[in-house]
Amino acid sequence: MKFFDLLLTANQSLLRNKARTTLTIIAIFIGATTLSLTNGIGAGIKTYLSKQVGNLGNSSSLTITAKTASRGPGASDNGLTKYVAGQKKIGGDGRGPGGLSQVALTQADIAKIKAVPNIVSVQAGLIATPDYIANASQPDAKYQFQLGQTVGRTNLDMSEGQPVSNSHGAAEITIPTSYVKSLGFASNAAAVGKTVIVGISDATGAQSTFRATVTGVQQKTLIGSTAAFANESLYTNLYDYQTTGLPTNAKDSYATVSAVYKDDLTDQQVASLKSTLSAEGYTAQTIKDTVGTVFTVISAVTYVLDGFAAITLLAATFGIVNTLYMSVSERTKEIGLMKALGMGKGKIFLLFSIEAVLIGFWGSLLGVGFANIIGHIVNSVGSKGFLKDFTGLQLLSFPAKPSALIILGIMLIAFLAGTLPARRASQKDPIDALRYE
Amino acid sequence: MKAAIQTNQLTKVYGKKASRLIALEDITIAIKAGESVAIVGKSGSGKSTLMHILALLDQPTSGSVKIDGVAAEQLPAKQLDQLRNKNFGFVFQQFFLNANDSVLNNVILPLKIAGVGRQERNRRGRTVLQAVELADKADDKAINLSGGQKQRVCIARALINHPSIIFADEPTGNLDSTTGQKIEDLLFDLNKTKNITLLIVTHDPDLAARCDREIHIKDGHLVETGAV
Repeated sequence: MKFFDLLLTANQSLLRNKARTTLTIIAIFIGATTLSLTNGIGAGIKTYLSKQVGNLGNSSSLTITAKTASRGPGASDNGLTKYVAGQKKIGGDGRGPGGLSQVALTQADIAKIKAVPNIVSVQAGLIATPDYIANASQPDAKYQFQLGQTVGRTNLDMSEGQPVSNSHGAAEITIPTSYVKSLGFASNAAAVGKTVIVGISDATGAQSTFRATVTGVQQKTLIGSTAAFANESLYTNLYDYQTTGLPTNAKDSYATVSAVYKDDLTDQQVASLKSTLSAEGYTAQTIKDTVGTVFTVISAVTYVLDGFAAITLLAATFGIVNTLYMSVSERTKEIGLMKALGMGKGKIFLLFSIEAVLIGFWGSLLGVGFANIIGHIVNSVGSKGFLKDFTGLQLLSFPAKPSALIILGIMLIAFLAGTLPARRASQKDPIDALRYE
Repeated sequence: MKAAIQTNQLTKVYGKKASRLIALEDITIAIKAGESVAIVGKSGSGKSTLMHILALLDQPTSGSVKIDGVAAEQLPAKQLDQLRNKNFGFVFQQFFLNANDSVLNNVILPLKIAGVGRQERNRRGRTVLQAVELADKADDKAINLSGGQKQRVCIARALINHPSIIFADEPTGNLDSTTGQKIEDLLFDLNKTKNITLLIVTHDPDLAARCDREIHIKDGHLVETGAV
C-alpha cells in the first residue's frame, strides 16, 4: 500500500468513529494547550526582559573594570599583588562602592582596550551627577533626577519621539514618562522637541545650567525606569563642568570603561573577546551577563510549568493507547481481511501508527492554535487591566519554532503511544477474522 | 503439467498434550490448474483448516504445500503476502466487506494493498464490477446491498487482481437458493471461461456435485478423492 493511501485509510478509520476520535483528540488538545500556554508565558516574559535590557543601554557594549580581588587591591588567595608605580585607586576618595577601594582605569587603559580587535569604540565611564532638571519655560520648578549616558547604538523603548543621537554636537536628552507631568508638559507628545534645563555644580560648589532638547519620551520600564538619558555631547559637557577645579590626576581615573564591540559578533566571538580582555587584566561584562541570572530563573520556572503540562499530556497518551486498542479489537475482521489479501505486518503496523500520529497532530495543532487565541485575549485584556504597569509586556508570546516543536513532539509521543496497539494489530492472525463466530 | 496446488502429508495439530486436537492428518492431494474442486465435510471436520493451509493463511504442523511447484514453507512472509495478493482470490461466506465504504473501494482493496495508483485501480474496479453486473452500484455503500449483491462484490474483489486460484469458503452459505444459484453460475463460468482454478469449501452436496472433483474430509482425514 502506498504511503498516501495509508494516510487516507488511517484518516477514514478515525472519521468512522467520530465520537471516540474527538474525545481522544480533546485529551491531547488540553495537554497541547497547557504546554503551549506555559511556554508562551516563558517566552513572553523573556521577550519583555530582552526589551528591558535594551533599555539599559547598548546591547553590544561591554562594561570593563580592572581585575581585582573582591577584597580590594592586593589581597587574594595567592598572596599580595605587587604595587605598580602610578597605579590609581578608586574609592579612597569615598566614591567607590561599599567603602572598598578598587584599582582605577586611566587613559592608558582606554588606549590599551581600544587596541583589542573587534572593539569599535571605548568610552570612560564618566559619572555626571546633575543637581536638577527643569522645563525651560518654567525654570523655577526644579526637580531632582538621575541621568544616564547612552553609549553607541541604543535600544531604548520609546513611547514618543526618538532616542538621542550621538552623531552631532547638539545637547539632547530623553526623559521617562514619569517626568512629563512634573515638568509641566501637557502630554508625552507635547514634551518632544521642547527644551529642558539641567543644573549641575562644579568641584567648588558653583552651579551652572545646561540646555538640552527633549528628543523623546521613554516607555515605562521595569529596570532603569527613573533615569533620563543624555547624549554624549550633553553628558561630556556636564562631566567637564562637574570636574572643573579637580586636579588632572583625579580627572583621569575611572571606575568603569564602556567599550562597544562590533554588532555582528557571534556569542563565541564575544566570549573570546572577553577572555582576551581578561588576559589583559580587565573584567568585561555584557548587559546579558548582568541580567543572565534573571533569565535562568525564568527558564527554571518555565520548565516547572512545562512539567505540569507534560503530566496532562501523559494522561492524554493513555487515551490514545486505549482508543487504538479498542479500534484494533473492533476491526479484527478488517485487519484479518487486509492480511489475507496480502497486506504485510509492517504496513498494518504503519497504518495504526499513522492513526495515532494523526490524533496527536490534530490535538496539538488545535491546542497550539487555541493557546494562541487565549494569548491574544489575555494580552489585550491584560495590557488594559492587570498588566497596565508593565507597558509593552506581552504576557504570552508564541514564536513559530517552539510551537512547531510542540506539535512535532506531541506527534512523536502519540506515535510511541500507538506502537503498542499497532503491534497488536500487526500480529493479528488473519484466520481469526475468517473463522465464523 | 504441474499441479496448481500440491500437498504432501499435511498434518495440523492444535494445542498440546492433554488438550491436543488433531485437525488434519496425512492429507496428500494435488489440484490441477483450471480444475474446480469441492472440499466437502461436516462442520468441525477440518475442511476450513485445510483451505486456510492451502490458501497460505495458516501453516501446517508438518508436511508441505507447493504452489506451482514452489514449497510455501520456504518462502519468506513478504513473498507469501505477495503470492496471496497477486495470485489468489478469496470469497467468504460472511463477505467481509467494509460496510461503510463504497462498493468500489471494497472491490479495489487488493489493488490498493498492492500499491496500484488511484486512477488505474478505479478503472479496473469499474471494469470488474461490470463483469458481476454491479456497475451501477459502484458508489453505493456496501451496507446497502442485498446478500447476493454483496457476494458478487466479493467475487469482483477476488477477480480484480486476475487470480489463478479462487478460494471460496461456503460462498452460498448465507444466500437463498435462487441467489445462491446465480453466484454458483458466476463462479463456474469464471472457472470455464478464464480457466481460474476453483477451490470451494462447502457442505452443500448439490454445489459439490457441480465441481469437477470432490475431496471429502472426515475427522481430519481424507475419505475419498473421486473424479467425476
